[in-house]
Parts: sequence; structure tokens; C-alpha cells
Amino acid sequence: MLYRGCPLLGSLSLNEKRNLHRFKLRVLSLTQSINRPMGVALTRSAQWTAAGYETGTLEITPLNESILNEITKFMESFIHKYPQEAKFVFVEPLEWETNLEPSAFESGYIVSETAVKSEEVDKDGEPLLLLSVPQIKVRSFGQLSQLLSIAKDNKLQETQACIEANRDPIVKILGSDYVELKEDSTTVTILDNITKDNELHIKRKIAILLKQLDLHLLNHSLKHISLEIHLNPARFKKDIELLKRYSGKGEQTVLESIEYTSEYEFSNGCRAPPWRQIQGEVCYVLVKPHDVETLCITCSAEGVFLNGGKTEEEGEINYERQGEIYKDLVTCLKDKSPVFSENMSKHEIRFIEEQPKDQQVFEKPKIEEVESPATDSEKSKTQKNQINFGKSHMTKRLEPSLKWRATVDYKGHKSSVKDSQEEKQGKIEKSTASVSSGRTQLLRKGGEKVEETASESSSESEEDEEPPDHRQEANADLPSEYWQIQKLVKYLKGGNQTATVIALCSMKDFNLAQETCQLAIRDVGGLEVLINLLDTDEVKCKIGSLKILKEISHNPQIRRNIVDLGGLPIMVNILDSPHKILKCLAAETIANVAKFKRAQRAVRQHGGITKLVALLDCGQNSTELTQPSLYETRDVEVARCGALALWSCSKSHSNKEAIRKAGGIPLLARLLKTSHEDMLIPVVGTLQECASEENYRAAIKAERIIENLVKNLNSENEQLQEHCAMAIYQCAEDEETRDLVRLHGGLKPLASLLNNTDNKERLAAVTGAIWKCSISKENVVKFREYKAIETLVGLLTDQPEEVLVNVVGALGECCQEYENRVIVRRCGGIQPLVNLLVGINQALLVNVTKAVGACAVEPDSMAMLEKWFVPSLVV
Amino acid sequence: MNRKKLQKLTDTLTKSCKHFNKFEVNCLITLFYNLVGDVAEKQGVVIGLDRNAFRNILHVTFGMTDDMIMDRVFRGFDKDNDGCVNVSEWIHGLSLFLRGTLEEKMKYCFEVFDLNGDGFISKEEMFHMLKNSLLKQPSEEDPDEGIKDLVEITLKKMDQDHDGKLSFADYEKSVREETLLLEAFGPCLPDPKSQMEFEAQVFKDPHEFHDM
Repeated sequence: MLYRGCPLLGSLSLNEKRNLHRFKLRVLSLTQSINRPMGVALTRSAQWTAAGYETGTLEITPLNESILNEITKFMESFIHKYPQEAKFVFVEPLEWETNLEPSAFESGYIVSETAVKSEEVDKDGEPLLLLSVPQIKVRSFGQLSQLLSIAKDNKLQETQACIEANRDPIVKILGSDYVELKEDSTTVTILDNITKDNELHIKRKIAILLKQLDLHLLNHSLKHISLEIHLNPARFKKDIELLKRYSGKGEQTVLESIEYTSEYEFSNGCRAPPWRQIQGEVCYVLVKPHDVETLCITCSAEGVFLNGGKTEEEGEINYERQGEIYKDLVTCLKDKSPVFSENMSKHEIRFIEEQPKDQQVFEKPKIEEVESPATDSEKSKTQKNQINFGKSHMTKRLEPSLKWRATVDYKGHKSSVKDSQEEKQGKIEKSTASVSSGRTQLLRKGGEKVEETASESSSESEEDEEPPDHRQEANADLPSEYWQIQKLVKYLKGGNQTATVIALCSMKDFNLAQETCQLAIRDVGGLEVLINLLDTDEVKCKIGSLKILKEISHNPQIRRNIVDLGGLPIMVNILDSPHKILKCLAAETIANVAKFKRAQRAVRQHGGITKLVALLDCGQNSTELTQPSLYETRDVEVARCGALALWSCSKSHSNKEAIRKAGGIPLLARLLKTSHEDMLIPVVGTLQECASEENYRAAIKAERIIENLVKNLNSENEQLQEHCAMAIYQCAEDEETRDLVRLHGGLKPLASLLNNTDNKERLAAVTGAIWKCSISKENVVKFREYKAIETLVGLLTDQPEEVLVNVVGALGECCQEYENRVIVRRCGGIQPLVNLLVGINQALLVNVTKAVGACAVEPDSMAMLEKWFVPSLVV
Repeated sequence: MNRKKLQKLTDTLTKSCKHFNKFEVNCLITLFYNLVGDVAEKQGVVIGLDRNAFRNILHVTFGMTDDMIMDRVFRGFDKDNDGCVNVSEWIHGLSLFLRGTLEEKMKYCFEVFDLNGDGFISKEEMFHMLKNSLLKQPSEEDPDEGIKDLVEITLKKMDQDHDGKLSFADYEKSVREETLLLEAFGPCLPDPKSQMEFEAQVFKDPHEFHDM
């Protein structure tokens, strides 16, 4: 980082420096976010940072061009503006391949046919400019300035070539020891050195100049960036995601729901079908505000507008524009839904709170950009909100750079980071206090918030799926439960074991499934107490506390709070308890909490996976004391809870690996032989989750798990059937497994499950399993025997896409054989297949084309295809 | 006491006590006499643990602290109400303590909590039992307010027929819903940890058990 070592440090006030610094990072990440890799390189080189990057050429973009222009101007005028500094000799020459001919050089140069030397030399007599076609070496700013004036119309190309070839200009100009000096020593010592040494004095001046250029360039590029950032797919995505987070049931949310019409996202970030993308359309969203009917909205590069809506029966979107074009989604929704507008203004505070406070610098240019003539106050208010909105989606993008700063700063400048955090905290507290009635509680929250920001910036990288923190609104009327719960928490804190148990039992009587109660417990500091109780020796208190935690941890925010308060390691320890009921409750709570990556990782890091796997073994070693205790429970229950927790944890790759290493697969395989549905569902769920790993598929084969999966396909429980089919779907990539499914008689239950189409999740899993199984010819023969092909053809219409993809995939495999092609044709499968060609789901299209292609081998089918296919192509 | 007599006593008590086997009864009898000490057997004098000795055991071995509850436990053990726990009462009491079913324990606990033995746990009794359960907040005007509130909370939770007091039926129903409420008004059963320690010590190697 330039500023750190820059001698300017001393002359700037602390505040300015910090802002400057953030500002740079912001621009850098903005450039990154507009997906122009070489633009980053340019910005970075413009920032003169010493980071290493690949070589390459600069893409010609308006932004890069304008930056080049600015650099060129700066260099050209250097010799006039700073004559003394212009004489400074670079530590190393800047070298690049020039297009200039030796003949272009005139007075002041010694020109030969293929070489040019400047008459100006350094103290050793070496020329400051040396050209031997096409390599050129330049060693002072003065020569650079002259060179540019010689280059005339080719100035830009020369500047570009110079920047491309010299990625670390600052090192070459000032020398790597200068840069290193900056890394290691404090400002004071630099200043000391400078005053002693005249050369360093000039160096310092040059550093200042470069820094000014740097700033200037950043300012300059910002204008470009803020212009371009408007309305691209990423922008829409962020907006929609943000709105989604603030949507849901209840009156506080801004919308009831907001959803894309298509789950498929093209690699360019658009979701609109390609032929609509040509029109600049990015995606379509179905928005249900609280007060008006569902709106179908088109997001396009030109703006946001209502379209003709999505038809119920065909799922087609009428792309025609209805009404005016808005400049973004929020503005559009504000116009359409008064409730949205009202709630947005409430949430505004949160949006602001959500972003780190160092956004101020950015705010300015943004406002300048957006400030179009707005006369009435209503409109300007709308715009203000839009700014906030835009800003908060910036925040998201800024994360990587904030992290970067944290790591860099921690190495060298601990004190400054501390300062900045203190400042941050101060700001946040101030902002919180200003919106609240000044209640102490809120201040406390302000503090918590800071902790969160601080910790997140340092480490987490996978926090994307975590929900925002909804704190009770300061002025909202608090429900009566809130006060009652507050009282109970008081007794929890100040009571002995007896009072604690009473309070816990009473708290359990509240509707803990209700968010009001969940958040009330959290907001009055109940979570801390409940987690503390887990750390005591009192079995009854632990049981009571876990019973509550188990319920409230269904809430995503509470989960995160539990993790933040360090609840997971304690619960993981309880898994070792001699009391089975405690093991069960702890495992169940872990199952609820470990729904997001950070928690899943924490469970693993505290050795939880091994302990959970050990729970699966419970009841096998029945040597333990057989004393009937009041609070005990059956071994089966312990194993079930263990499986439940493993199921949650198995969503992460490392955890899958940890489960396998802990010997989980044979245990799961053994539990799979039981007949308790409660047990089988988490067990099969875990297996199904893990079967995405190659290692598991091999182990599943080895442990004879397929046999039991097949057996449980015949269960009465729909969820169990679904998970079994899903596991088969995952495993049947392997030929041997496909054979095993057949040998154990799994194809028949799969085929018969096809007839029950009410449960779409299960149908998707079943059709998926059939698809993968039908890759083997022998299986296809069986499916034909079970009349599955006819049934599959019947499923070509009126099914959700997840089902269709699999159905069509299966048909594609079946149609590799003549007999089956005949069946498909006879059952009228060709027309619905062709109809699916107009869809926009890419996975589906791939399978459809494959199936259609297979059918096209038949002359008879071809005839039908011509009849249906050609018209549909025209459409 | 001679060996023959001990043998006979063990047999009788093993028959009358369903939760312990002969070995365990034997261990507990030995323990009992160890605790009572070498008192010469005299006609008319009851051999057993008096209130203080028994309370001491409850405190040291089972970690109970509440004086009032310990008194009530003593009464629970001392079935014949002669102020002394004899060997038979000792075995039967411990049988419930260590191995009692939920039904037996509920009956026992209710008797412990029903201070005046009228078949109901009244508000006053609850207040009496809970009065030391909360940390006194000096700031509060009425220091008993928290306790009163706790009594109300308990009643709300357990008084199934809403008559303002707990009958055994109320208590039983509540405990069946939530076992944690078994010892709602104070610990009157050994906690699982000390129970395990006790059993491990007494039943494992009875010959070395002298130091209680």
C-alpha cells in the first residue's frame, strides 16, 4: 500500500489517510466488479502498488483509455511543472518496446540508424534515454516528457506499452529498497532519513507527486465506474437478493415475495432467454407486494418495466412492455406499491447500518451522478432511497477488499486498524442512537454489531447465505411475551437451580416456534444465559436450556447468534455426556444450528463430527450401567439425533470427508438396516447428501448400502422414498451400482412410484433415479417390462422443470433402442418433447435435444418431427 | 451382629425390596451398620440413624443443601416416624432414591413438598420452599416480589385445575408432561452425578468402604 510507507503520512491527518485508503480499495473492487480484468491491472498499476500480476495487454475500454489519457497528460507536463524532479534518475530504467523510429528524435539526442542516445546523462555518464529498435529504456521523468512530445499522435500507445511492460513502476523509479523501507519502518524513521538525505528528499517529493496522480486517476475512474455500474446483471442480482432478504411474511417486510421466473442463470449473469437478451433484457421477476397483485417485471439494460405477465397454464412470459420504464427495480416498486415505499423508508436505516461506515467517501460522487433535476420532495426522497440501495449493494462487493485491508493492516499497522475500528464503533453507535429513543438496549446492540463487522472482515468468506440481523425496532410496540420472557431471563440469571428449572419450564411454554418469542429471548440476553447454563454441572438446567435452544434454533438469526456466542463448542462437548438425553438434545440442537457453512465448519473444528459419528454407534456396546434414570432415553433415539446432526453437517465438503474418516459410513450402513422411519430419514438423508462425493459412492457400494436403499423405496413414508431415490440418483452414475439396483429389485418400485405424481420432490428424485439407472441397457429392458416408458411419456406435460429434466433425460436414454422409440412414438411422446424445445431451462434443453435426436433415427418419427419440429423452430 | 442374623436380614429385605438384588442389599446393610457404628444391641433401643446423622449423609453423599428439604427427606425415610431411620427404612428409602420408578418418585416428592401433609401444595408452602431460590436484588422495593412471582409462574405451569393449589393429580400431570418438574420446589433426590458415585463406591467394593 502506497500510503503506508508514503512520507506523506506525517502531513496528512489520520482521518484523511484512512478515507483515502478506503477510497482506493473501493475503486479497485469496483473495477473488479465490472468484470474487466485488464481494467483492474490498469487501475492497480495506476495505483502503483507492488502486487504481482500476470502480464498481458490492456483491453481498450473507455475507462482504460481515459486513465491512459490522464497519465499521458501528467507525464507530458511533468518537465515544465517540476523541473527539479524531472532530473531525478530512476533506480532502474522503464523499458518497453516502442513504435517510434530513431528518425523522430531531433535535438538533444545522438541518433544513428537503429539507435538513439540522449545527450543528457547521469553522473556515471550513462544516457538517460537509450533506444535500440525496438527496445527503449528511459530513466527520468524529463526524458519521459520529451519522449511523449516526440511521439505526438502515438502518445497513448507509448504510455500504454510502457505501463504494460512495467508493472511495478514505483519500484523501478524509487527502487525496491525504498518500497521495502516503507513496508518495515515507521513514518518517523522515514522522515528522519528524508531530512538527512537530499536524494531521499527528492524521492519523497516524487512519491507525493505519484500519489497525487494516483488520487487523481481514482477520482477520474470513479466517474466512469459509477456511470457504468448502472443496470448490469450483477446490479439486478444484488438488488433482487437484497429485496429477497427483506421479504417474507409479516408487516415489517418490504415485500411478500420476489422470485425469478427462471432458476437458470446464464454465464453472463442474465436469466432471460438468449433471444430476449439481444433486446438487452436481463431477467424477469415475479414480485408480490403486500398491497397489490403479483407484478411481473422485466429488468433490462434500459431500465425496469412491467411486462404482460406470466400466463398460468403455459408459464410463458408476455414480453411486451406495459407502462413506463423506471430507472431501477426499487423505483419501479415504489411507484407500484405504497406499502413497499413505506416499508422501504423504514428499512432504510438498516440498509445504512448494514454497510460499513466507511462508505461516506463513495457517497459523494454517487450523489453527483444521480442528482438529476428533481423538483418535488417526493421524488427526491425516492432518489435518496435509491442511493442507499445502490450503496448497500456496493457493500457486498466491497467485502473482499475490506478483508484485504484487514490482513494487510494487521501485519504492519495494528494501531491504525484499532483506531479505525474505534472510529467505526463510534459512528455506528452514534447512528444507532440517533434513530432510537436512546434505550440502553440499543446501545448494547450497537456494540454487538461492531463485533460482527470486525470479525467478519477478518476471516469469513462463505457467509453469503446468512440472513440479516433483524433487531426489534426501537419504537415498535413490544408484545407482552417480550416482558414476560424478560422476567424469566431475570430469574434464570439470578436464581438457584430450583428457580432456574422453573423459569426454564415456564419459558418452554411460550410458543417458541414464533419469531417474536425467539427474538425476545435473544434481545433480553437470554441466549447468553442459556448457553452459560450448558457450561454448568446441573444436568436439569442443561436439559431445560437445550430444550429451549433446540426450538429457537429453527430461526436462522438465532442460529447465527448461538454460533457467535460460542455455543457450538459447548454443545459439542455435551455430546460426550454420560446422559443420553443430553447427547440427544445437544445433537438435535446442533442439527438445527449447523444449517450454514460457518456453523458446519465450527462443528468440525471442535471435533464434533467424530463425536456425532460416535453417537451412531450408541447402543451397540451395551456394557454400560443399566440404571433406569428419569432423564434417560433409548439408544435408538441417541443414534437418530446423531444422524440428524450429521445430516445438517453433511452439506459441506470437508464435513463429508470428516464423517467418512470418522468411520461414519459403516455405522450409517448398519443403521440403514433398522426399520424405524425416524431413524432412516436422517440416515438416508446424510447418505444422499454425501453421495455427491466419489469416495462415498465407492464406500456405499462396498457397504452394500444400495440393497437397503432399494428396500426402503418400498417404505410407506414419502420423504424416505424421496431420499432413497435421490441417493440412488447420485450413486447410479456408476455402472456397477446401476446393476446392483436392478439385482436387488429396485427398478420395479421406482417404476411404480412414477404413478404417484402428487409429491413433486419425490417425483423429481424418482425420475432422476430412473434416468441414471436407464443408462444401463439391461435396466432399460426392465423399465420397458414395467411399462415405465409409457408412464414417463405421460409425465412430459404439466410437470415442474426439475421433474421434466429427469423425465426427458430418462427418455433420451431409453430411446437409444428401437423398441423404445416405437413406444415413445406410439404413446404420442414426440409432440410434447418437441414442445419442450421452446423452454429456457438449459439443462432441460440439453436433455430434450438428446431425446429428440434419438427419436430422429426412426424414419417414422422423423416424419412426425418434421410436422412438429419445423414449426416450433420457426416459432 | 452375627453372620447368621445378617444373612437372614438380607434375605428378608431382599424379598421386600424389589429394586435391589441380594448383593446390593448386603452392601447397603453393611454400609448402614458402618454408619451407625458399633452400638451394642439392647432390647428396646432402636438402632438407626437419627436426624442429624441422616442429614449429614444427605449433605455429604448426595450434595443436598436445603435444611428444610433435608428434614422433609428424613421424614420421607422415617416411615414409622420414630425419629430414627432403621435398617429396613434405610434399604427401602434408598431403593426409591436410587432405583425408584417415576411413579414412586412422584409420590415421594409430593409428600416431601406437601409440608403440612394435607394432600395439597399450597401457595404458602411453595413460597416457603422457594424463598431462598432467588438472588435478592437490593434495589427492589419488595424483596419477596420475585419469589411471589415465581410462585405464580409455577402455579400457572402446574395447577391444572386452577384451584390455586397443587393436588397430587395436578403435580403428577405436570411432571408427566415435563420430568424436570419432578423436583420443582427443591432437590430432594440425589442428583445423577452423586448417585453414580455413590453406587460405584458402595456396590463395587463393599469391603473397602469404611470411611463414611
